[in-house]
This record gives sequence, structure tokens and C-alpha cells, in this order.
Amino acid sequence: MPPESATPLHRELAAVAREAAHLSRPHHPCPACAAPPRTRGPAGTLTPPEPAVLADRPDGTVVRHGAAVAKAHAPGTGGPDHRVRLAVAGHPRLAGVLLPPLAPEDPPVGAPRDRPVSVWPYGTPVDPDDPAAAPWEAAGTLLARLHSVPPGALPGPLPPMRGPAKAARAMARLAAAGDRLPAAAPVRAAWRRLPGWARGEAPAPGPAALCHGDFHLGQLVRHPVPGGPWLLIDVDDLGTGDPAWDLARPAAWYATGLLAPADWARFLGAYRAAGGPAVPPGDDSDPWPRLDAPARALTVQTAALAVAKCAAAGRAPDDAEAAMVDACARIAELPARSAPSSPT
Amino acid sequence: MQCPKCHAPMHTYNRNGVQIEQCSGCRGIFLDYGELEALTRLESQWTQQAPPPAPPAPGGYPAPAAPAWGAPHHGGHHGHHGHHGHRGFGRMLFSS
Repeated sequence: MPPESATPLHRELAAVAREAAHLSRPHHPCPACAAPPRTRGPAGTLTPPEPAVLADRPDGTVVRHGAAVAKAHAPGTGGPDHRVRLAVAGHPRLAGVLLPPLAPEDPPVGAPRDRPVSVWPYGTPVDPDDPAAAPWEAAGTLLARLHSVPPGALPGPLPPMRGPAKAARAMARLAAAGDRLPAAAPVRAAWRRLPGWARGEAPAPGPAALCHGDFHLGQLVRHPVPGGPWLLIDVDDLGTGDPAWDLARPAAWYATGLLAPADWARFLGAYRAAGGPAVPPGDDSDPWPRLDAPARALTVQTAALAVAKCAAAGRAPDDAEAAMVDACARIAELPARSAPSSPT
Repeated sequence: MQCPKCHAPMHTYNRNGVQIEQCSGCRGIFLDYGELEALTRLESQWTQQAPPPAPPAPGGYPAPAAPAWGAPHHGGHHGHHGHHGHRGFGRMLFSS
């Protein structure tokens, strides 16, 4: 993230993260304050370091200061659902699974008013330049443990996980990008073939489990740094639903030929070995009757966002984006009798 | 067209100009007259252009199950397909 575009929000989050970092480690010198980014201003004054912006999207802006990060969530998300999700992240039943927030009770001082802000320990993410080193086993194990926590043991009322709602939002974004885009036609056709629950139009059938709701490799960090265990982060879409949804993005990558069979086998094998409930147990049983509908939904969602982004940027899809649109075309051509089964 | 083995519907794929029917159930492949020769011809062109493929994984690792709408190269016939080499996949792994 280039530092030259620091906004007032970035500076406010940096101040919140700085406060939290110093409170969380009161007897340690803060590496962020001692680090060289402090520079002399024109009058010889010390200027504060540029905020270290880790993510800056409409649905989440994250700024780091040393041992802590502050996250501004999407505007309008600061209701009871948000507070329950934070309480779940800090709940003892999720220790070792979800990264717990720092000071989950108190809203941070100086937080922007229109976007709720939470503070978290800093963890080391998966190296985006080395996806081959992705911790597929840890990911499978963590999701299995998350799905195995009975929702009734947690603070409530737990909202539904937001996976299907996000798929519907991706289709709205595609529609806003222009209905006449040629690549949008197979994506819309595949969307029409999904069951209503996978489009966010009905509750998911089957027993509800605690779900992450937006799993991908950016949702894993090691904490404590540098060599601590992997943990899941980002509870913004967490809630109850079909746990197969959390496996469906890697499943879609595998089905579209992007994820190597060996990596998929590592992820699914670890999930099964840890007793994950989303697929039938046993390495010989076919997981696809359970994965098919959510994996189609994630394929459609990924393709919809890709086509919308390409239209906005005026560029052609890259290989991975094209593979997702191609898969939508195949989904749209499937015979009716191979419609995905409902979870049981 | 129905699969002669398990009677599930078969889907047609065009790979480098060769029509292949693959079963959505058992994933068996049906070749029409002349298609095997066409594939063999393409394969010999390929091996002339490219270095020899990597040897299969020790123990003959079978490909895991994949859905009928998956990319046609799934099915255990090809081993390595340059998965991490897909342009854009690294970025896609990390985004919602």
C-alpha cells in the first residue's frame, strides 16, 4: 500500500492502533515508534511515521502500528450483529481458532463515528508472493474446528453468515457495471441455476454451523509473530449457515483448474482429519454432493466481481478470471437433472 | 448423448480443434472416428515443441474427485497443469 495517500481515516486508525499497541505491551519498547520512518519536516520538526495501511477497501480499512492493527469496518455495520461477531472472536471456545480482538468491550477512543472500529493484535499473513507456501493443512484444520463449535455455546443471537448475501452483492455489482458486457451473460446464466439459499434468498437448509463466511488465504495470520500458530481473522461475515460454504472457494479454485489437486487434497484431508462436519467423513467418500452448490456460487461470485472489475478498469480478464467465466459457461449448460442437491 | 457405461449425460468439449465427449457421471471419455488419431498427432506436435513432461508423482497419485462443470483437464489423465503458473491466480487466492 503506497504511503503517500494517507487519508484522515488512516491517521485516525493509526492513532487508535498506536494506543492499543502501547497498552498491549506496556513493558516493551514499541518497534513502530523507534523505527526509521520518522523523518524531519521542513522546520526540523519530527513528523509522525506514515500510517502503515495493510488494507484499504470500502468494506474494511486496516492500519498497523507495531503490535496492533485498527480496522474500520464497512459504514453502517456497527449494530448488534457486529458486537456479537466480535464477542465470538474473543470467546474462549474459539481460542486457537479465531484471532481474539484487543479490548473487545470498549469502543476505541478517537474512532471515526460513521464506521465501527476494532483493534486486534498484528499477525503475520500468508506471503502473497509465495502462494505455493500457503498453509493448506492449517486452513483445513482451523475451519473444521470452527465448524465444530456448537452455536448454542456462544454469545448470541448469532446472525446468519453472510456468504450467500455477498454472492448476491457481487451480482448487483455486475449489473451496475453494465448488463451488455459479453462476459456477463454466462455469469448471469450460471447464477440463475443456483438454489435460492445459495443466492441469499432463503435460509440454508440443513443444520446450521458456525461459519467464517468469507474464507480465502488473506484470512490467515500467524500470531504471535513471527512463528506462532495460524489463526483465522476477519469476523465481518461470520455467523450460522452451511459450513460447506467455507470450503467452497478452494473447491471452486480446484474445480476450475487453478488449485493443484495436491493442494486441494491437503486442505480437504486436513479438514476431514479434524472431524469437519461439512463433508461426509472418510477420504473415499465423495465431497461434491455437499460442495457443489456453494462451489458454483463462489465460482459465480468470483466471476461476477472479475467481470465488473475488468469493465471498470477497461482491461481484459487475466487467466484466472477467464477460467472462472469459462466455468460459469459450463455450469449454465449443465443438464437440469444434475442440479446441486441440498445439504441434508 | 448418454454415456454407454453409466448412462449419465455426456458433454462435448473442444480441445485444440478435437471434439471430446466426457461423461458427467463417471468422467469417461468418448472419442469419435479419427479423434484418437487427431489427438495422437497433436501430442506428437506437442512433444516436439516442449521438453518432456515431469514424471508422475511417486505412487501414481490419483486426482481427487471434481464436479461435472469443472475444467475439462481434471480426471486424472493429466498430472501437472501449471496450476500456480496461472496469471492472476496468486491475487485471486487473497481476495473476497
